[in-house]
Amino acid sequence: MADLSVNFAGIKSPNPFWLASAPPTDKEYNVVRALKAGWGGVVWKTLGEDPPVVNVSSRYGAASYGGNRIMGFNNIELITDRPLDVNLREIKSVKRDFPDRAIIVSLMVPCEEEAWKAILPLVEDTGADGIELNFGCPHGMSERGMGAAVGQVPDYVEMVTRWCKQHTRMPTIVKLTPNVTDILAPARAAHRGGADAVSLINTIMSIMSIDLDAMAPTPVVGGMGTHGGYCGPGVKPIALRMVGEIARARDMAGLPISGIGGISTWNDAAEFIALGSGTVQICTAAMHHGFRIIDDLTDGLSNWMDQKGYARIKDFQGKAIPNFVHWEDLNINFKTLAHINQDLCVKCGLCHIACEDTAHQAISAAKVDGRRHYEVIEDECVGCNLCAHVCPVDNCITMNPAETGLAFSTWKEHPNNPLRADAPPSQTKALV
Amino acid sequence: MSEGLGEQVLGVSARAAEVAIKLGEMTAPLSRDEARVEADRCYFCYDAPCVDACPTGIDIPGFIGKIRTGNLRGSAVTILESNIFGGSCARVCPTEILCEEACVREAQEGKPVTIGSLQRFATDHLMATGEQPFARAPLTGKRVAVVGAGPAGLACAHRLATLGHDVLVYEARPKPGGLNEYGIAAYKVVDDFAQREVAFILGIGGIAIEYGTPLGPDLTLDKLRQEFDAVFVAIGLADPNALGVPGEGAAHVMDALGFIELLRQNPVEAAVLAKGHVVVIGGGNTAIDAATQVKLLGAETVTLAYRRGPEQIGATKVEQDWAQTHGVGIRHFLAPVAVEAHAVICAKTTVSGAKLVLTEERVSLPADLVLKAVGQSFLPEPLTAGTAPDLGGKRIGVGDDYQTSLPGVFAGGDCVSAGEDLTVQAVAHGRDAAMAIDRFLKA
Repeated sequence: MADLSVNFAGIKSPNPFWLASAPPTDKEYNVVRALKAGWGGVVWKTLGEDPPVVNVSSRYGAASYGGNRIMGFNNIELITDRPLDVNLREIKSVKRDFPDRAIIVSLMVPCEEEAWKAILPLVEDTGADGIELNFGCPHGMSERGMGAAVGQVPDYVEMVTRWCKQHTRMPTIVKLTPNVTDILAPARAAHRGGADAVSLINTIMSIMSIDLDAMAPTPVVGGMGTHGGYCGPGVKPIALRMVGEIARARDMAGLPISGIGGISTWNDAAEFIALGSGTVQICTAAMHHGFRIIDDLTDGLSNWMDQKGYARIKDFQGKAIPNFVHWEDLNINFKTLAHINQDLCVKCGLCHIACEDTAHQAISAAKVDGRRHYEVIEDECVGCNLCAHVCPVDNCITMNPAETGLAFSTWKEHPNNPLRADAPPSQTKALV
Repeated sequence: MSEGLGEQVLGVSARAAEVAIKLGEMTAPLSRDEARVEADRCYFCYDAPCVDACPTGIDIPGFIGKIRTGNLRGSAVTILESNIFGGSCARVCPTEILCEEACVREAQEGKPVTIGSLQRFATDHLMATGEQPFARAPLTGKRVAVVGAGPAGLACAHRLATLGHDVLVYEARPKPGGLNEYGIAAYKVVDDFAQREVAFILGIGGIAIEYGTPLGPDLTLDKLRQEFDAVFVAIGLADPNALGVPGEGAAHVMDALGFIELLRQNPVEAAVLAKGHVVVIGGGNTAIDAATQVKLLGAETVTLAYRRGPEQIGATKVEQDWAQTHGVGIRHFLAPVAVEAHAVICAKTTVSGAKLVLTEERVSLPADLVLKAVGQSFLPEPLTAGTAPDLGGKRIGVGDDYQTSLPGVFAGGDCVSAGEDLTVQAVAHGRDAAMAIDRFLKA
C-alpha cells in the first residue's frame, strides 16, 4: 500500500488531492462532506473584502462531446458572495475538526498593501495551513483590477506576493492565470516575490457556446452572456504544458507546484505529478460526480504506485520532467512505423480515409476475397500516428520503432538548419 | 373456417382491448437521449460495410452522423432518398442479417449499433412533422401503370412521381401496403403505421390508386401496355404453398399469412381462433410471426414444427428468440405427413447432406388449429390472360434493368427471380426499376 501523504511547501496532507478554490469549497457544509469523503485538503473559495460580491443567476456552461456531458466547463461565478466573518468562522471550525487535512484559503483583495495587510491576520487566526493568492480569475473580478488583472502583470504578482510574505507566516501559494503569452513570466515574478509555491492553471477565458435561439453566449443571463473561465477535461493538455514549463525551468527548480486543470482521474493526477506537481487540485470532476470520486482517485493512484513499485509520491514526482524537452532536442533520426494487426482489424476504414485524405497516402484499401483489407505502405509511412489515433480498436494499430541505422541527432546539427553551429556565416546572417 | 364465427365474436368483443395490449410493440422506439447515445457508438466508417449490406444502400453512417448533430430532418431525408419505406424497413427488416450483422461493432464486440432503431427514430421524427420532403420534377406528361400497391409497387410509383411521371396503381385488395399491411405481424407495425406510411408516400402527388382491380381477364397486360407509356408489375407471390399431406383441407387448417391478414384486418376474429393447441408448420419469419401472434392472443400451446435443423431454419436468431421467450416451442426435424382432427402427425427427419430424409418414426402434435407457413409461390395466371412476359423459372424473368421480355414492361419485388423476399429488397427493386423506366421513357 503506497504512502500517498505529501508535504507541500510545509503543508501536510494525507493525500495529494485537494479541492480547488471554487463553488465546492464555498461553505463549511460542502467542505465537511468532502473531507469526510476523504479529500486530502481544500482550497477555500476565494475570500474578499466586505461587502461581499453578488453573483448572477445561471453561472455555468458546458461543452459535451462524444456522449460525455461535460468535456469542458466554464463559469461566470465570482468569488464568495458570503460575508467575510462567516467564512472565517467556518474555516476555523473545519480546521479544528479536521486537523490532519490541508486547509488553504484563497484570497483576493484590491491591489493595495493595506488591503492585504488587513485580511492576512484574520485568515491566520483561523488556523488555516496556508493561503493561495487568486491572481487568475478571468471574469468579473479582473474587470475590477483583481484576479487575472493582477496575474497578467508580473510586476504586480511579485509586489503582492512580497506583501503577503511580509505580513503572514503562512505558506503562500500563488495561483497563476493561463491567460498570458508566457507562463514563465508570472511564475518567475511569484518566485522573486518569495512565493512558497505556485498553483496552475486557473481557468481560461472562454465563450462556451452560443445559444442559437437566444443568440447569446451561454450561460445566458436574461438574454445576454459574458465570457467565463474554461476548465474541465478539455483544458488538461494546456495545463500540463504550463506546469511542465515551470517544472523544467532551472531558475525555479524546487519551487513546489500544485497542478490544476481538467484532472478527473488518478491517471490524470499521476501525469501532473510525473511532470513535477506536489499536489493536484480538482473541481470540475467533483462538480460532475460528487465528492465520492476521491475513492478511486486515492485507490487507483495507490494501486498503480504499488504496481510500479513507487512507495511514496516523491518516488515518481517529476520523473517526466527530464523527458519534456524542446523540439530541437528531439532525435530527428528516430523512426516509427504504423502496423495494423489484421486479426484485430474490424474493417472500419477510418485509418485509410484519414491517411488518404489528410496525411501521407500510406494505408492501402483493397478487397481480399471479398473482404475489406487495409495495409500500411511502409515506404510512405512517416510514423505520424494519425491512423493509430483514429482506429477505434485498442492495440489494433501500433507504432513500432524501425531500425534506421542512424545515430542520435537533433535539428541543431541538421544540415538543413541554417542556424546550426557550423553553418556558413553568410547563410546564418541572411536568415537572422 | 369462419362458420359460426359471428356469434363467437359477440362473445369476445370485450377481448378486443386485451388483444390490442397483448400485441404491444416488439421494440419500443428510442428516446432522444437513447438515440444520441446509440448514434455516438457509430464509428462513421469509411466505405462502411453496413451500407453494402443494405439492399437499398442507405448511407447509414451519414444518417447516424446527422442524428448525432441533431439534424434529424436531414437524417430522415438521407434515409428516405434511398428507401422511401425507411419507416417500415426500420421496423420489419431482419437487421441482424443485414446492416447490423455487417456493423464493425458486431465484429469488435458482438454488439452492433442498433441501426434499425436509429432509422426509426429519424423517420418517425420527420413523419411526425407532417412535412413532405420531396418535390416532383417538372411533369413529363408520361403515364406509367404500376400493378400492385405493395412496397415494390409504391417505391416505384414514388420514384416515378418524383421524376415527373404520373402513375396509376392497380391494387387487387381494398387497401395499399401489400405485405406491410396484410402479412407482417401486428407487433412490428403498430398504430396503423403501414397506412400512415403509404399516406406519406402518396403525399408527393401524381400517384392514384385503384383498389379491387387485380391483373387478369378484365385488366390485361396488353391493355395496360396500350394505355400507358410503361408498366411495372409487382404482384408478389399470390399462391401459398401447400403441405401436400392428407387432411390439409380440413377446417382447422389455414395459411399463416391468412391468419396474419385476419389479425391485421380484424383482430377480434383472429383472437377467437387463438385457443387450445396450435401447430405452425414452417421455419421462416412468417412462421415466427404467426406462432408468436397466436400465442400472444391466448393459445394454450403453440408449437412450431420445422422439418430441418437449427442450421437451416430461415428465421433469424432474433426472431427465434422472440418467439421462444413468448412461449412458442420450436421443434426441429419434424415433417408433417398428415393432419388429423386434433393433431398433426409428423415424421421425424434426418438431413443427409442437402437431402431431407423422413424416418419411420412418428410424432403426434396436438392441434386444434394448424397454420401453414411453408412459403408462397408465384401465381402466373394474372399475366397469362393476355400476352405474357417470359416467366424465367418460377417467377417473372427480368434483366438488369428490371425489364421483362416485353418492351416497356418492367417487374420487381417478390414476383421476380432476383434477391431475397424482403420488404427492403422489394423497395430496392421498385426504386431501381423506376430509374430504368425513366431512362426508357426518355430514350
